[in-house]
Amino acid sequence: MLNASLKQLSALLAEGKLSSVELTQSFLDRIGQLNPSLNAFITVDREKSLAQARAADELRAKGGAGALTGIPVAQKDIFCAQGWLTTCGSKMLHNFVSPYDAHVIEQFNRAGAVNLGKTNMDEFAMGSSNETSYYGKVKNPWNLDAVPGGSSGGSAAAVAARLAPAATGTDTGGSIRQPAALTGITGLKPTYGVVSRYGMIAFASSLDQGGPMARSAEDCALLLNTMAGFDRRDSTSLEREKEDYARDLDQPLAGLKIGLPKEFFAEGLSADVAKAVEAAIAEYRKLGAETVEVSLPNSKLAIPVYYVLAPAEASSNLSRFDGVRYGHRAPEYTDLLDMYCKSRAQGFGSEVKRRIMIGTYVLSHGYYDAYYLQAQKLRRLIAQDFVEAFKHCDVIMGPTAPSTAFNIGEKSDDPVSMYLSDIYTIAVNLAGLPGMSVPCGFGGNGLPVGLQIIGNYFSEARMLNVAHQYQQATDWHQQMPGGI
Amino acid sequence: MTLALDDVKRIAHLARIEVSDQEAEGYLKQLSGIFALVEEMQAVDTTGVEPMAHAQEVTQRLRDDAVTETDLHAAFQAVAPQTEDGLYLVPKVIE
Repeated sequence: MLNASLKQLSALLAEGKLSSVELTQSFLDRIGQLNPSLNAFITVDREKSLAQARAADELRAKGGAGALTGIPVAQKDIFCAQGWLTTCGSKMLHNFVSPYDAHVIEQFNRAGAVNLGKTNMDEFAMGSSNETSYYGKVKNPWNLDAVPGGSSGGSAAAVAARLAPAATGTDTGGSIRQPAALTGITGLKPTYGVVSRYGMIAFASSLDQGGPMARSAEDCALLLNTMAGFDRRDSTSLEREKEDYARDLDQPLAGLKIGLPKEFFAEGLSADVAKAVEAAIAEYRKLGAETVEVSLPNSKLAIPVYYVLAPAEASSNLSRFDGVRYGHRAPEYTDLLDMYCKSRAQGFGSEVKRRIMIGTYVLSHGYYDAYYLQAQKLRRLIAQDFVEAFKHCDVIMGPTAPSTAFNIGEKSDDPVSMYLSDIYTIAVNLAGLPGMSVPCGFGGNGLPVGLQIIGNYFSEARMLNVAHQYQQATDWHQQMPGGI
Repeated sequence: MTLALDDVKRIAHLARIEVSDQEAEGYLKQLSGIFALVEEMQAVDTTGVEPMAHAQEVTQRLRDDAVTETDLHAAFQAVAPQTEDGLYLVPKVIE
């Protein structure tokens, strides 16, 4: 059951061989057993999860079951879920029991899925290692001394360790794809605007996008079918026809044109990662794909551009945490200003404060043109590179991250070196394109390597097909960490 | 661009984050490293490039000017640090 796909679990539920209560109970037991060493979850509430499981079993008995009815899904703690503690990995929200549901949570509830608990994450999704969570570091199930990546590291670790059949994540600069790569699972960041941001605690609104994290592309397709959809409460939610993201999974890949950006195979890429990614591309050629070199000349500027735009948006978004309407308020203060300054100083961790300060600075008088406006102009050049590249190929492939998982503590004192973990993922967010990470082997240290697949706007079904066909020919996605 | 300790303190104040002198020293070092990275942007000539604010070229949707929300203030204020008679309480602003 631990290694069953969502489709297999759904079939077992439909055939009456398993109830959602039994399924949920078994994953809750596993969480109880393994979470103390992994710290993948911030909140687990057996009663709430089991009540949802009972409701799912009743819904099924009445004949109202769909593809995800009764399936337990772990939710990143960035999604507000009514009645659940929703911390976003921060002390600032240590006492925030959400009074409402995010659109994504509503969609899962409507499908009859079970909320298995809230997963750990970098504070306010700012980080690439899950070391910035107020609720403690998450461990990589493949090696407990290594980071799981971030910011959706709790979701990634939970899926990799089989504490959950599937999970949600969010990706602002790589926060679904990089942890998926570092833990050997499959993750998809959809085209910006496909998944509603309503109730998803905002970091950088023009980049934030929720998406599925699971063991296979097929599972991700089923999850995305539930997560995607227009929502009038998100001003950038796109009004599009509902689509079935699993519709093309079985299409053959003959004639697929894969673009390989030369900038993604240059200096800075670990040799073991390069080797695994090149082997994956060789496998695609066997499946009938052709490769063509493409160029993303401005992608080298993605990190500097991102570290202006994302903090600028964050400094504005996080101004809402002032100790007045929700969240942490300092116990002692002299006046209103002092209350703001102390509540925020106590509630935010150091990475969040750093980014708020960067954002405040680049938006301040006299620096706006040189930083913020220049970054927005470069963002356009970065996006145009992809438009040009997609004239010559159907998908772009390369590494998800420059190395396999690094050790806990290795980069935590050096923000710039940490930021470089997202060198291959950030440009995709700036352009608003969909991106995936698919397990494609192991590095020299025995830790997983991820292959990144970047698609054109709204080509999720095709990308999932491309990933699924690879997963029919290989078994990297079925590998399980030892000792769990 | 070179940041000074006073800049860090000024930014922190604008961001409404209290910092001690010792913390400000630490932020000075880290922010300077980040700004050195950001400085790479200045090498590119972007004359004539339209700034890109957003990934999708969408216009704001309009809706009918009608009441659509229900009154949930009791639920929302249940998570507030301090309220009274349906109002959020803050320290006295005007003497």
